[in-house]
Amino acid sequence: MNVLEADGLTKHFSARRGLLGGSRGVVRAVDDISFAIENGRTLGVVGESGCGKTTTAKLVLGLEEPTGGSIRFQGKDLRSLDPLGRKQYRKSVQAVFQDPYASLSPRMRISDIISEPLTTNETVTSADARKRVLKLLDLVGLPARSADLFPHEFSGGQRQRIAIARALALSPKLVVLDEPVSALDVSIRAQILNLLRDLQEEMGLSYLFIAHDLAAVAHMSHAIVVMYLGKIVEMGDAQSLVRAPKHPYTAALFSAALPSHPDEQRDEIVLSGEVPSPLNPPSGCRFHPRCPSAMTICSQREPELLNADDRLVACHLFSAGGNAN
Amino acid sequence: MSNSTLSSVSSNPRPRAVAAAGQPLLEINNFSTHYVSAQGTRVVRAVDDVTLRVNAGETVGIVGESGSGKSTLALSILRVLPTAARIVSGQLWFEGEDLVRKSDAEMQDVRGKRIAMILQDPMASLNPLFTIGNQVAEPIRVHEGADRSTAWRRARDLLKAVRIPSPETRVRQFPHEMSGGMRQRIVGAIGISCEPRLLIADEPTTSLDLTIQAQYLNLLRELQREHGLALIFITHNLGIVAKMCDKLVVMYAGRVVESGPVSQIFNTPTHPYTKALLNAIPRMSDRRQRLTAIEGQPPDLAALPRGCAFAARCPEVFDRCRKETPPEFNLDGGRTTRCWLTTAATQSGAA
Repeated sequence: MNVLEADGLTKHFSARRGLLGGSRGVVRAVDDISFAIENGRTLGVVGESGCGKTTTAKLVLGLEEPTGGSIRFQGKDLRSLDPLGRKQYRKSVQAVFQDPYASLSPRMRISDIISEPLTTNETVTSADARKRVLKLLDLVGLPARSADLFPHEFSGGQRQRIAIARALALSPKLVVLDEPVSALDVSIRAQILNLLRDLQEEMGLSYLFIAHDLAAVAHMSHAIVVMYLGKIVEMGDAQSLVRAPKHPYTAALFSAALPSHPDEQRDEIVLSGEVPSPLNPPSGCRFHPRCPSAMTICSQREPELLNADDRLVACHLFSAGGNAN
Repeated sequence: MSNSTLSSVSSNPRPRAVAAAGQPLLEINNFSTHYVSAQGTRVVRAVDDVTLRVNAGETVGIVGESGSGKSTLALSILRVLPTAARIVSGQLWFEGEDLVRKSDAEMQDVRGKRIAMILQDPMASLNPLFTIGNQVAEPIRVHEGADRSTAWRRARDLLKAVRIPSPETRVRQFPHEMSGGMRQRIVGAIGISCEPRLLIADEPTTSLDLTIQAQYLNLLRELQREHGLALIFITHNLGIVAKMCDKLVVMYAGRVVESGPVSQIFNTPTHPYTKALLNAIPRMSDRRQRLTAIEGQPPDLAALPRGCAFAARCPEVFDRCRKETPPEFNLDGGRTTRCWLTTAATQSGAA
């Protein structure tokens, strides 16, 4: 059972080119992507800047309206929802962001920060709200006295716990985690990743986990989506994708990840060049100018996301036409 | 015990450091930098009794969490500390001269020429109002007195050396016209422009994407080989250390808790903090459901507890740790550790 399904999801932004803003270009931030998040599971999204992972998160959170395609939540198309259903959806999908210094208001007490989603979305008495706050603090491993303190009295790891408590206040089904540990110290990251795992088990939460730390994504995710310039290039079971990436970009990305041990031997694939501008993506396969195994067809025809053994890959090497070459 | 110098790293398994054996390029002895509040009432021991040695051509990784003192140590080496900071004790021997005793004017000949630094954010280290050529050529003109055309020619060569495509046009462009990876490579070009002996890189790749990070680290390694540079990496990322470094220095609460050859420390860490740190990182291959987290937080540097600063979070803590500060023990193979467990376990190994 899937908690959320995205089908042909597309988001284009119009961009003004030049100082006088004459001709307009279109940034295809997210271009026709489809994925599903299973109940109680974690879908990891990896890719470099400009690949569209944050736009995808915003679309899922309803912070951006898609240009095309649809999102179904628990089987219902978001476009078909009335305002009340829409509100219900917003309550069911919550987010934890990267920087716990920016995401908590410095002027609010912790109890107000955590109970704000409750008081704006539900009718609760202040006594009930207080009770819920204390329960949430306990859930994320903070002492009850934290409720009356301000954010500056907490360390980065503790602030992220507060942000998680706030995200859980409305008992969501899905939590979008956008780089939830990258602003934290190494010794604190493990605490937060463990906490997120425990909460998932206890509350049956689903996660959309976005991070650039591939090892953290591999550790947390059940399935992984790899994006490049607004497209999904590979998608499948986390363990097998990490062990044997198929798409040349996935292979290069994972080989560029830093080793966890100095004696680790790896064939490093160093890509030349940089990610092209999404304003003017390359023809055919968007990865072809940097791809070490590019063929003639790659610059001419865009590969479709097709079944390749246990997963989906968008590469001519794995489609019927490519094999002949 | 703590003021004995480290034995030289002769058992280093990495071939590229072999040529480096011999005289240390940089020798830091019992060095301390404290931040003192205006009234003098609060003292933050940011760097406390640090001893370490960097040989020519060697790559040393200094690892620690925020507040461990790693960046303050780097700023101390260049003597570019904020006004509240005081170097309270110790020496910084660099090519036979003590940098602590140099005047500010004398330090100007060291900075950028003999020791250069690369900072985390390339946008903040480049001036948006000057062209790339101007900024790459500046240290060459200042330190070597080169005329404009010579300096600009060198700047173009440097851009080529750091793999900037079409350097002839790039020298006339401004920082905002470059991507993040290119800007960081330009900062690298400025760093090596006067052929320094030591390059200090403070989190040089945190703002870069993975594939760009890989390019940049390989570039640094090539530059190091070509110019015989010694490199100090200041980082919180053990992966960078595993990939790049010969020697690892682990800092906690202003002190060096463990140091030695990288693969030895990864294989047999001696300090409980190092062990915990290595266990806390998720690995691509592992199937662990839970990571081994280090509970609690680093202590307040203005109110350090008595004894070992890690005692409150240490799984192997015992009585002595809370009473006495462990000194730096010298172990076999050029390793050091600051832990009371060492005395019992490796008495014979202690120097």
